[in-house]
Amino acid sequence: MANRCITGTPMPNTFPSAGSEPVAPLLRAAGISKRYGNCIANDAIHLDVYPGEIHAILGENGAGKSTLVKVIYGLIQPNAGELRFMGRRIVLAGPAAARALGIAMVFQHFSLFENLTVAENVALGLPLPEPFAAICARLAKTALAYGLPLDPRREVWRLSVGERQRIEIVRALMQNPKLLILDEPTAVLTPQEADQLFVVLNRLKNEGRSILYISHKLDEVQRLCDTATVLRAGKKVATCDPRRETAASLARMMVGADVDRVKASRARGASVPRLVIDRLSLSADGPHEGRLKEVSLKVCGGEIVGIAGVAGNGQDELFAALSGERLAANAETILIDGRAAGLFGVTERRRLGAAFVPEERLGRGAVPRMKLSENALLTGHVASGMVKRGFIDKRETLAAADRIAATFDVRKAKRDPEAASLSGGNLQKFMVGREILREPGFLVVSQPTWGVDAGAAATIRQALIDLAGRGTAVLVISQDLDELAEISDRIAVIFDGNLSAPLAASAASREILGLLMGGAAIEPRACPQEEKHAVDA
Amino acid sequence: MLLLEAVIVSVIAASTPLLLAASGELIVERAGVLNLGVEGMMIMGAACGFAGAYLTGSILIGALCGIAAGAAMSAIFATLTLGLAVNQVATGLALTILGVGLSGLIGAGFVGQKIVPAAHLYLPVLTDLPFVGRILFGQDAFVYMSIALIIAIRLFLFRTRLGLVLRAVGDNHASAYALGYPVLRIRLCAVLFGGACAGLGGAYLPLAYTPFFVSEMTAGRGWIALALVVFASWRPGRLFGGAYLFGAVTILQLHTQALGLDIPSQLMSSLPYLATVVVLVLISRTRGAAGSAAPACLGLVFVPDR
Repeated sequence: MANRCITGTPMPNTFPSAGSEPVAPLLRAAGISKRYGNCIANDAIHLDVYPGEIHAILGENGAGKSTLVKVIYGLIQPNAGELRFMGRRIVLAGPAAARALGIAMVFQHFSLFENLTVAENVALGLPLPEPFAAICARLAKTALAYGLPLDPRREVWRLSVGERQRIEIVRALMQNPKLLILDEPTAVLTPQEADQLFVVLNRLKNEGRSILYISHKLDEVQRLCDTATVLRAGKKVATCDPRRETAASLARMMVGADVDRVKASRARGASVPRLVIDRLSLSADGPHEGRLKEVSLKVCGGEIVGIAGVAGNGQDELFAALSGERLAANAETILIDGRAAGLFGVTERRRLGAAFVPEERLGRGAVPRMKLSENALLTGHVASGMVKRGFIDKRETLAAADRIAATFDVRKAKRDPEAASLSGGNLQKFMVGREILREPGFLVVSQPTWGVDAGAAATIRQALIDLAGRGTAVLVISQDLDELAEISDRIAVIFDGNLSAPLAASAASREILGLLMGGAAIEPRACPQEEKHAVDA
Repeated sequence: MLLLEAVIVSVIAASTPLLLAASGELIVERAGVLNLGVEGMMIMGAACGFAGAYLTGSILIGALCGIAAGAAMSAIFATLTLGLAVNQVATGLALTILGVGLSGLIGAGFVGQKIVPAAHLYLPVLTDLPFVGRILFGQDAFVYMSIALIIAIRLFLFRTRLGLVLRAVGDNHASAYALGYPVLRIRLCAVLFGGACAGLGGAYLPLAYTPFFVSEMTAGRGWIALALVVFASWRPGRLFGGAYLFGAVTILQLHTQALGLDIPSQLMSSLPYLATVVVLVLISRTRGAAGSAAPACLGLVFVPDR
C-alpha cells in the first residue's frame, strides 16, 4: 500500500492498494461538523472508508471519535457536512435508516436489555419482523459460523461481559452489514478474548465488509487496521497507514505533543509490609456465592502492587473491603501498619494512614455539585487542620485545594469550581493529589487513569511512583495492562474472586497475565505462602 | 352457600376497577414511566363518566367519557414528563391532586343524582345455574372487559413484536433509542393507554358499582392499583390474581365488621400495602444485584441526544 499519510487535507478518491482501477469509497463523510453549545465536538471532519478495509479512528477521550460514528450511524444529526454511501448522498433520520443501508454498530457501553433474553435482544435489532423461531435458528447459525457460541434463551443479566459483546456482534452480523462500526471493543476483554475478536474481524474483512474501528490503543490499531484516521480535539489530524507509523508517531498525532515517559525511581526497596490482607472473603451484594475467595496479599512500603483483571471479577468488592465501605468478617483479615483494621469504617482506616481513590470519580470519589475546596475537606478533615473548634476553616480548605491544584497541575476555569465542571483528567489529578498530599502510609487506587488523557495519565502515574518512593505502600487496581507493567513492582491477577500470587512485573508477560485473567490455573502453592507471611506479619 | 355466592359477586365487583386501572399502569410502567397520578385519573374518569351517562342516559357513552377523561389527564402528564422532561414522581402526585380537585368541581352538579347502573349479562339457563351461574354468566360488561383486557395485555407483551419493543424501552431507553425505536412516542402511547384504563376503572364506580357520584369516591383505589403493579412484579398473570386478592381484602374488611370480628378496619385496609411491601422484599431477596424484576428505566427521564 502506498503511503497515504496526508495531513489535514481530504483523501483523494482513489484506493491505491486495489491495483490500477480506482475504487470508490464505501462511505464518505465530508466536512462533518457537530457543535454542542460552545463546544465543537467535530470540526469539518473528512473520512473515507473503502470496501474491505479495517479503518481505525484513533484519538484520545473527548477527541470526537464517538460523535463522528454516531453521526455515521444516524444517532446524531450533524450541523454541517454530508455523508455519501456507495456514492449516493444520504441523510440519516435515525439508526434504523443507517441499518437499512447496511451500517451496523457495536457500542462501547453495550446497548443490551438486561431483562430480556439473548434472542429477544437480537430480534429488537432486526429491521424486519420475522417469526421468533426463525430468529432463534438464524441466531444459532450465525453464532456457529463465526465461532461465537450463544444460548438464545438465556437472559442477558446472567451473561459475562465477553458473552454480551458476542450478542452485540452477532446481532450486527445478522443484518449482513456492509459497514460495521465497533466502539472500543476490546476495552472489556482479556488479551486472549481480544485475539479471538480480531480473528472474527479479519474474517469479516475478507468477506469484503468494511470495519470502522474506534480505539485509543495504538498496538491494536497497528496490528489490525489498514488505515487510521487520527482525531484530536474535534479535528482530523491525519489519515495514515498505521503499520508504517511507530507507536510514538501515532501517539504524537493523537496528543499533539510528545508524551512524557514515566521515570521510575528504582531506588526504593520494599521494606516492611504496610498492608496485609489475610484470607479475605466477601459475599456479593446479592445472595449469590462469595465474590472474594480467601484473598491474601501483602504490600510493603515503597512498592506498587498492581491488580489486573477483567472488570467484574471482584475488583469492586476488593476495593470496598479495603476502604472500609464493606467490613470484613473479623478484624485480623486486614492489617494496616500492623493494626487489625478489618472491622474499621472508612474514617477510622484513614486515621491509620490509609487513603483511597475509587474508580467512579463523580458521585463516589467526589461530590459533583460541591466545590473543590469542599471536596478536599471531605476526605481530609481527620487530621488536616481544616476544621477548627467544630467549624470549617474556609481559608484552610481553599489553601488545601490550591495546594493540590498547584502540585498536580489541575487545570480549571476559576479558583474554586464545582467538581463536576472539571474534565475527567483534571478531576482525577485532583482526587489522586488530594490523597497523596496527605502522605498516606497506604494508598489503594482503582483505575487511576480511566478516561483520562495521556498527559494527565502520565502525571498521575509519576505521582504514584514518587509516592511509593517516599515509602508508601501503593495498591493499583487496573484493567490496563500497559499501565500496570509501567508502574508496578509486582502484579497479581483477580479472577472470579480469586487473587493469584503476585508475579514480579518483569516476569509478568501479557501472555501469562492474559491467561490468568481468563481463569487459567492459579498456582495453588503460592497462596499458602502468602498466608504464612501474613500470619508472620 | 348463598352468602358465599354474594361474597364472591361483591369481590368481583370490588376487584374490577383495580384490575382495569392496574392493567393500564402495568403497560405504562413496562414502558419505563412511573405515573403516580392513577388516583387522579380514576376520579376524573368517575366524575366525567357519571356526567356523560347522566346527561345522555347511556352507560356506553358514560364509559367513553370516563376513558376520554383519564386519557386527557394522562396527556397532561405526558406533555410534562415526556415533552418537557419534568420529574415523573412530582408530576404524578400533582396529577392526583389536580384530579381530585377538578373532579369535585365537575361532579358538584351531579352529586345526589342517580342513574340506572350497567346491565348485567343474562343468558337463559346458564345464568340460572346454581352458584356458578351468577358468578360466571351474570356480570356486567366492565367485568368481562377487564378480564379480556388483561389477557390481551399478556399476549401483547410477550407474543408481539411491539410488546417486545415496549419492554425494551422500559428496560434500557438509551439502547432502544440507539436501535432506532421511537422511545418517546412509544411511551406517549403507553401513558395514554394507561390513562384510558384508569379512566375506565374510575368510571366503573358510578356506572356499575354504585349508581351515583360522590366526590373522592375512588377512595384510594388508584393507590391500591399502583401497589398492585408492584405486587404483581410487573407480570399480567400475577396482576390478575393480585387484583382479586386485593379486591377480596377490601370486601373482607366490610364483612369482618358485619360478622362482629374484632379486627380494626384500619388494619384490614392497610393489608394491600403491607402485602406489597412484603413482595418488594421478596423480589429483592430472590433476584439479587444482577437483575431486577422492575423495568430498569422505571421513572427515569429520557432526553434524546440530538
